[in-house]
Amino acid sequence: MDAIAEPSRQLVRMRGRSYVAFVFSPAVPIVGWLEEIDATLARSPNFFVGKPVVLDLSAVDLSQTAIAHLIGNLEQRNIRVLGIEGVEAAYLTAKMPPLLTGGRPCGLTLDEPKKPEVKPRPMSLLLESPVRSGQSVIFTEGDVTVLGSVGSGAEIVAGGSIHIYGTLRGRAMAGVNGNSAARIYCQKIEAELLAIDGYYQTAEEIDGALRNRPAQAWLEGDIMKITPLN
Amino acid sequence: MAKVLVVTSGKGGVGKTTSTAALGAALAQAGEKVVVVDFDVGLRNLDLVLGAERRVVFDLINVVQGVAKLSQALIRDKRLDNLWLLPASQTRDKDALTDDGVRSVIAELRTKFDWILCDSPAGIERGATLAMRYADEAVIVTNPEVSSVRDSDRIIGMLDSKTVKAERGERVEKHILITRYDSGRAARGEMLSIEDILEILATPLLGIIPESQDVLRASNVGSPVTLNNAASAPARAYTDAARRLMGETITMMVPSERKGLMNRLLGRRAA
Repeated sequence: MDAIAEPSRQLVRMRGRSYVAFVFSPAVPIVGWLEEIDATLARSPNFFVGKPVVLDLSAVDLSQTAIAHLIGNLEQRNIRVLGIEGVEAAYLTAKMPPLLTGGRPCGLTLDEPKKPEVKPRPMSLLLESPVRSGQSVIFTEGDVTVLGSVGSGAEIVAGGSIHIYGTLRGRAMAGVNGNSAARIYCQKIEAELLAIDGYYQTAEEIDGALRNRPAQAWLEGDIMKITPLN
Repeated sequence: MAKVLVVTSGKGGVGKTTSTAALGAALAQAGEKVVVVDFDVGLRNLDLVLGAERRVVFDLINVVQGVAKLSQALIRDKRLDNLWLLPASQTRDKDALTDDGVRSVIAELRTKFDWILCDSPAGIERGATLAMRYADEAVIVTNPEVSSVRDSDRIIGMLDSKTVKAERGERVEKHILITRYDSGRAARGEMLSIEDILEILATPLLGIIPESQDVLRASNVGSPVTLNNAASAPARAYTDAARRLMGETITMMVPSERKGLMNRLLGRRAA
């Protein structure tokens, strides 16, 4: 039996892997180029956060101190430089990012936060069940359509027109936002009150001959007209 | 599967308690195990209509508050073995009812009975909303007159929005029970017709109970009308309604009282 366990050998494994990096190509004057960077940052402050950045200095002729100064300026803007290309290896000090070679251009996919799709606001409200006594339906954005009846003591308030495919026994107020072109339609009129853009008529004022018939109400100037449909 | 059925109306005096007792007794006579629960805390009546008022020891509030066990508060009917009453408290008011308390009582009743009939108080406040809160089905008691019909419409709106079933997106099954119907007065246009009521409420009809002295007589002797005089017109109408609740299909009859010759000749006294 061995008294001493043999130390297991650790294998050093190397793998190749390629990554896509942003390549900055500074142009003279460097001050003006930095202002461009600042403008981008002002638009979206987190644009460069977490993204690998490579400096391509082939288009400019910078001294060693100028390169160090440029890297310092980028660091101040929270941009960390991963590597440099387009210069002589001798130009770079040990503190600077390493020289990169053999880069190939490729497309960049920017994963900018997608704007939530703005759904168009619905311009009408559809109610498939009767509106019962005591219920109040308020929809100031547009039209209201009711497939059942509107009970006595119920009310519908709409910014646009009101369409009732049953009996209207309650109150209907259309065009509440000052829309005097709004109308009220119903299959059977027994309304307690009709109003369009603030002008109203109560049951007592509505012509008795219209009762129990399909009717519509609209405004002509400041007079409410109620006429039978067909 | 136990069914929780609320008997409600909005308006007072239309016959909720009478109907609860009559339907409960009719269901029990058909062999179902039934409990009728009085939710009219402070103004209880169901114990009187069932003739159990002298046997009340504990009540719904005691059970809700955990003072008494459910088995201590339940009162068994003396005539029907499978009809029970859970009475309301007369000394408290509706604020003594809590949502959690009602839920746990109903849940316990569900394990013991086939039918739980909740007699709702009038109005749309706490007592009425808690009576309908856990209902699977609802009987809306309506008299053939406009105020009653409008209140019923209001209650139907609440059944569709304030019950647990409605909040889950399910439907409380609703039935209209027309009480105090007088075919003679309806024919003369002194009452809303059945068609008018159903057109306004847009809800299926469960039954039509005729206006009758038998109903008052039964209440006065503390007996559901279906037990007191099973052959009377209202008793037959309630029995048919109960069978419809159990899923049977029975043709709807517009009931009329059979009157003797003298009654017909001298039916109405001149003022």
